[in-house]
Amino acid sequence: MTEAAQFLFPNDLHIHWSLMIVMYPYITGFVAGAFVVSSLYHVFHIKQLAPLARFALLTSFAFLCVATLPLLNHLGHPERAMNIMITPHFSSAMAGFGIIFNFYFILVLLELWLIYRRDIIEMAKESRGFKRLLYKVLALGVYDVSPQALEKDHKIVTFLAAVGIPAACFLHGYVGFLFGALKANPWWSTPLMPVIFLFSAMVSGIALLIVLYQVAMKISGRPIDQPCISKMAQLLWLFMIITVSLELLEIITLAYEQSEVWEIIHPLLTHQLSFSFISIQMILGSLIPFILLMGMVLLNRYLHEKVRNTIAFVASTLLIIQVFAMRWNVVIGGQIFSKSLRGFRDYHPLFLEKEGVLAAILIFILPFTILFVLNCILPAFQPRHVRHD
Amino acid sequence: MKKKKEKKEEVTQKCEQMGRRDFLKKGCELAAAATLFVGFLPMRKAIPDSKATLPRSPGNKDYNWEDHLYAYIIDTQKCIGCGLCVQACRKENNVPEDFFRTWVERYQVSERGEVEIDSPKGGEESFGPALPGFNVSKGYFVPKMCNHCSNSPCIQVCPVGASYQTKDGVVLVDQKRCIGCGYCIQACPYASRFLNPETKIAEKCTWCYHRITQGLKPACVQACPVGARLFGDVKKEDDPVRKILATERLAVLQPEKLTKPSCYYLGLDKAVR
Repeated sequence: MTEAAQFLFPNDLHIHWSLMIVMYPYITGFVAGAFVVSSLYHVFHIKQLAPLARFALLTSFAFLCVATLPLLNHLGHPERAMNIMITPHFSSAMAGFGIIFNFYFILVLLELWLIYRRDIIEMAKESRGFKRLLYKVLALGVYDVSPQALEKDHKIVTFLAAVGIPAACFLHGYVGFLFGALKANPWWSTPLMPVIFLFSAMVSGIALLIVLYQVAMKISGRPIDQPCISKMAQLLWLFMIITVSLELLEIITLAYEQSEVWEIIHPLLTHQLSFSFISIQMILGSLIPFILLMGMVLLNRYLHEKVRNTIAFVASTLLIIQVFAMRWNVVIGGQIFSKSLRGFRDYHPLFLEKEGVLAAILIFILPFTILFVLNCILPAFQPRHVRHD
Repeated sequence: MKKKKEKKEEVTQKCEQMGRRDFLKKGCELAAAATLFVGFLPMRKAIPDSKATLPRSPGNKDYNWEDHLYAYIIDTQKCIGCGLCVQACRKENNVPEDFFRTWVERYQVSERGEVEIDSPKGGEESFGPALPGFNVSKGYFVPKMCNHCSNSPCIQVCPVGASYQTKDGVVLVDQKRCIGCGYCIQACPYASRFLNPETKIAEKCTWCYHRITQGLKPACVQACPVGARLFGDVKKEDDPVRKILATERLAVLQPEKLTKPSCYYLGLDKAVR
């Protein structure tokens, strides 16, 4: 039987989850990914990541600060947003937002404070005037830097970093679950969705840190730590292989099963999303960085420092774009076909609309600004006391 | 300083000049005027409103929702695609343009099994002629609306509990609680919800809850000239809908989704989703 061409349910002419809902998982992905990098150092003792451990946590926190902004901008009634936390309806996955987000926020804040505590106290002692006041406030009235106290700090940090891994997985896995557990949408509804979101979060977090680290070192004129870059590239390669395999696995399963939904998913991928899925997500964002990183990992010993840095930088940038394309393809891709499974609509965000391109750019710039300010107050790259453990 | 003191004295004198009796008298006058003013405000607004005679629920104080359980039957064999139901719904519920609480789809199937489906403007202005050159072997209209599922995905996913089911089986949205996140719109497999562009609140068919609690039929049922839409109360013994539910072979939309709709179809074809 030949299927009907182009029929949309009348209410399916509009896309409800806009560019803002693409931005939300993109930003929380950086949060989770960067946090796990810092935990890899604190919990799994991957020593090569030491130069990045503090900066990773700071990055995670900066992105966490703006994670709710795209959601607030999207809500029809943002003034009622607190209802999610005050009167959560727990049969909804979305109702977990308040608990997961707040728990994670407190955890990151606590870990950040404990890691920087010694530096804060010393800076409070060294500085004068407003600066002194600022650091005194940040020290929260605790000035104990005895070896016993520091040892205790270290233990708590390790514990928080360990608890933070599942917390970060929850924070981002839950975002994937929001999509993956909707039976109404065949492009979203798969148990793989949270897993794909998680691994792509790792990819985006690691890639972002590689880029930011290199930029920060270039600006401050310091050398880029080569073992660190090599290790990060290795991890990036590993996580990107897992992510892309899972993404492809999901599509191959749908295609192989030849289920009813493949009739809409197939044209979706080859026509509606051909640019953002095939060209950007799969070729530019996956195949090219895969080859680059493979070369870098396998030929690491023979590479010149500059070549290594450049390859890592280029591959990371491409992967940051890839993850955005992936978020776009999931969120928008899942909405451009009608629930009639028989037709497509279009979505082109305007530049100046409320949930448009400009709003997205501003929201994306904000965490970098916050990170810059945070890094001025709590310098991540000049550890006063390098711990060797 | 002196001037200030003098002014103060003047004020107190003026106050003292107004006796208790005067005060009470003036107060009563003011109260009466205010009552009249406030009393007339809603009346002036109510006169041009045609629905003024139908107070919105829970206007009917005798209504007990535990005494009722509603069901809706759509007979696709009878529907002629006139679109009067869609028009009635829009008028009754002030449905915003380009959105639909109910709509009608037209299916045309050729001998070779090709299916042509359309629903121009939700079928509100009825349908144009069939496609030229398309050899229709069977054709039918399918009215659609919220299925008021008892295992509804939209209620499940609402993060603040704004979507709920009443005890008489109607799925409603609490206008004061909805945050406009759109999750319910994504979760509904029938695309029967939309975000009202003015109120920014999720909206859908209510089976005209303000009417049915008054013992009236939903506007679409009342408007249907051929009896393709039936609405009834399965807790009433002599209800025709209850009889059809008990004796006829019925179908629901997308049964594989296990949403348990309270909206049943007679003569549903396999091409309909």
